[in-house]
Amino acid sequence: MAVDSKTVFDRPVTLRDVVTHYCPGCTHGVIHRLVAETLDELGLRERTCGVAPVGCSVLCYNYFDTDFMEAPHGRAPALATGFKRMRPDMIVFTYQGDGDLASIGMGEIVHAANRGEKFTTIFINNAVYGMTGGQMAPTTLPGQITTTCPAGRDVNHTGEPIRIAELLAALATPGYIERVAVHTPAHILKAKKAIRKAFTLQRDNKCYTLVEVLSTCPTNWGNTPGEAIEWLDENMIKYFPLGCYKDYVEPEGK
Amino acid sequence: MMHQYEVTFAGFGGQGIMTAGQLLAYAGIEEDKQVAWIPSYGPEMRGGTAYCTVVISDIPIGSPIISNPQCACVFNRPSFDKFTPLVKAGGLAIVNSSLIDVTTDRTDIDEILVPANEIAMKAGNAKAANVAVLGAFIGATGIVSFDTIKRVIKEKMARKKSVLEINYHALDEGRKLALKTLGKKARG
Amino acid sequence: MAKVLMKGNEAIAEAALRAGAEGYFCYPITPQTEVAEYLSKRMPEVGGMFLQGESELAVANMLFGAASTGKRVFTTSSSPGISLMQEAISYMAGAELPVVIINIMRGGPGLGGILPAQSDYFQAVKGGGHGDYRTLVLAPSTVQEAVDLTMLCFYLAQKYRNPVMMIGDGMIGQMMEAVEFPESYEEPPLPPPDEWAATGAKGRKARIIKSLFLDPVSLENNVLILEKKYQQMIREEVRCESYKISAKNKVLIVAYGTTARICQTVIDELEADGVSVGLFRPISLYPFPEKEILKEATRKNIKSVLTIEMSMAQMMEDVERAIQGRRPVHFYGRTGGIVPTPEEVKEQVLKVLSVKRRSTKKKS
Repeated sequence: MAVDSKTVFDRPVTLRDVVTHYCPGCTHGVIHRLVAETLDELGLRERTCGVAPVGCSVLCYNYFDTDFMEAPHGRAPALATGFKRMRPDMIVFTYQGDGDLASIGMGEIVHAANRGEKFTTIFINNAVYGMTGGQMAPTTLPGQITTTCPAGRDVNHTGEPIRIAELLAALATPGYIERVAVHTPAHILKAKKAIRKAFTLQRDNKCYTLVEVLSTCPTNWGNTPGEAIEWLDENMIKYFPLGCYKDYVEPEGK
Repeated sequence: MMHQYEVTFAGFGGQGIMTAGQLLAYAGIEEDKQVAWIPSYGPEMRGGTAYCTVVISDIPIGSPIISNPQCACVFNRPSFDKFTPLVKAGGLAIVNSSLIDVTTDRTDIDEILVPANEIAMKAGNAKAANVAVLGAFIGATGIVSFDTIKRVIKEKMARKKSVLEINYHALDEGRKLALKTLGKKARG
Repeated sequence: MAKVLMKGNEAIAEAALRAGAEGYFCYPITPQTEVAEYLSKRMPEVGGMFLQGESELAVANMLFGAASTGKRVFTTSSSPGISLMQEAISYMAGAELPVVIINIMRGGPGLGGILPAQSDYFQAVKGGGHGDYRTLVLAPSTVQEAVDLTMLCFYLAQKYRNPVMMIGDGMIGQMMEAVEFPESYEEPPLPPPDEWAATGAKGRKARIIKSLFLDPVSLENNVLILEKKYQQMIREEVRCESYKISAKNKVLIVAYGTTARICQTVIDELEADGVSVGLFRPISLYPFPEKEILKEATRKNIKSVLTIEMSMAQMMEDVERAIQGRRPVHFYGRTGGIVPTPEEVKEQVLKVLSVKRRSTKKKS
């Protein structure tokens, strides 16, 4: 009996067929795929403009097959604001790491979220500066060793790690804020759901949307990809609990 | 006749100093003259002293910085002290005598005392003090015509009839006082 | 159109609208805040975007994003705010974006003061931010010229796809003068935005707006592409004006903006006293009218050149460079928010004349 072959899994159209520069065991690739799948599924690729950060994902414009802007360090939310305000009909997302968003770009992200800018932020939290070679980030865990806190992060010296999802969820302006992880298939599925929800809300012109994704960095954490997944599961989720911190509520009377 | 004329209006913030200067500048434009209105700005605007200089000219205006204007219209004592000495010889000081109880000891300039606050109050609104002084200035100098300034007041400031009448009255009182002081005949 | 009396800041705002500005991003700072106040009302009326950002840093980057759409956008600020914008200006120059940035200058350094100054000359004409780039810089001396140059800024920004700055001292922003708005705005000869802007990858390859070139050969290449534009600006965008320049002049004054107007008054007064002085007024500060100044300064009758600024001999360096040592260049300036009076400038001219006379005597 002849069997028709059917493709059940393929590269999303929005993801280019190129080799990335990411290290083995880094979860950027997974997250890129989830964003690309979402843009494919919602049919948004041709009217999307991404904003690349400064950090490991600075070159992500080479991997997504959409228009892109490359922002100064931390300013992606400001670029996204300017762009979306001029072209509210387009889909805009920023893809930012923890140094970019939670350190140098803290002002821009808080105010963009508070203005209710209708773009989506994919926030990659891996508790370390990756591109510059493993320095302390605002999300580095207490006691975690980095090249600029070689004895482990001392919270008396540099404060506690910043919980971005909680911080932005505290704003009164409506929004959708969820923290997810991508270290197991089950978590990946949940992360996909959150990312899809964020872009759907943006497409429907509802609110500011941010998905914080806990991510691994075996290179700078100094462990193997397998150990990195365990470390994330055992340490990061405790400090950065997963879940939806703010859900979009349709205003009454609509 | 005139080539260029400069006048400084000075007083407290809130006395309508900037407005008086702007009304004059608008009138200058109406009469196809070159004008520049140069304000003091910044913290001074918030309730402190305020001043502006208006330059009206037949030719393009050069320096907007006027060290010695031909006329100073001073609305309070600090402005009197600061600006009366700066008036060009042969020039004019218009002094709000409601709030300033001194007169200039300069003999090389004319001085017109205008009890602007009293005139304004009598006319029906204390806010019209600036227009009373403006009336005295135009009466004394004839830099713009009264028809023009009246039109400008109507268009830019006082569309309501009652407000307009108060301002016209203050304007006219100022003008009469200036003419009386300088011994000129009332025009128009 | 009839003449209207307008404050410089408001006239600049209205001129930008007449030039088709569709987006304006701002942060309040004295002495340019009236532009923001004016546009907060007017922009929505014309269907444009007005947005007050959280800082000049953010505002300049909003401009970056907004310009990437291909729409006509601009911002205004004053000295300390412009310093904060330099990051994005460098990026926008590198990414070849057409934006207009207007600086109504106040005294510095640091927080300085709020009164008129020209002390951001270096910052404006020498780059300001990091990297090999230039911004085209224009400087008006009257409110009417601020209107005309604002409109020209939009034209040039699009012509070169490069940040264009207009710098005026606080006086230009705060003063009211009669202005007339041109009936129409000439559209620049430019490939339409869908050929260079981020408009969505529909029916074409995805487009990246960026200034990052990790490969040094590519980066050098991008810098050379920019350099080509700057060379074209030098050929095509020099603008200047002269006032009472004649064979009788002994001294040539060089001044721009409000300072140039003060010098005009001085020249008129000296003329009445029988002293002949000419004024050369650069309108474009980058490109600087080097050849034009050289030509005027090296006329036989000119003994020396006097640069007048509201800054500490910043433009003088460019004047000296233009004149190549062929005439002595003197400097007089006030700064910190003090505008030189005609009397002061007059004294300086007479001083330069007498210095010259003495040295001539020595020679003979």
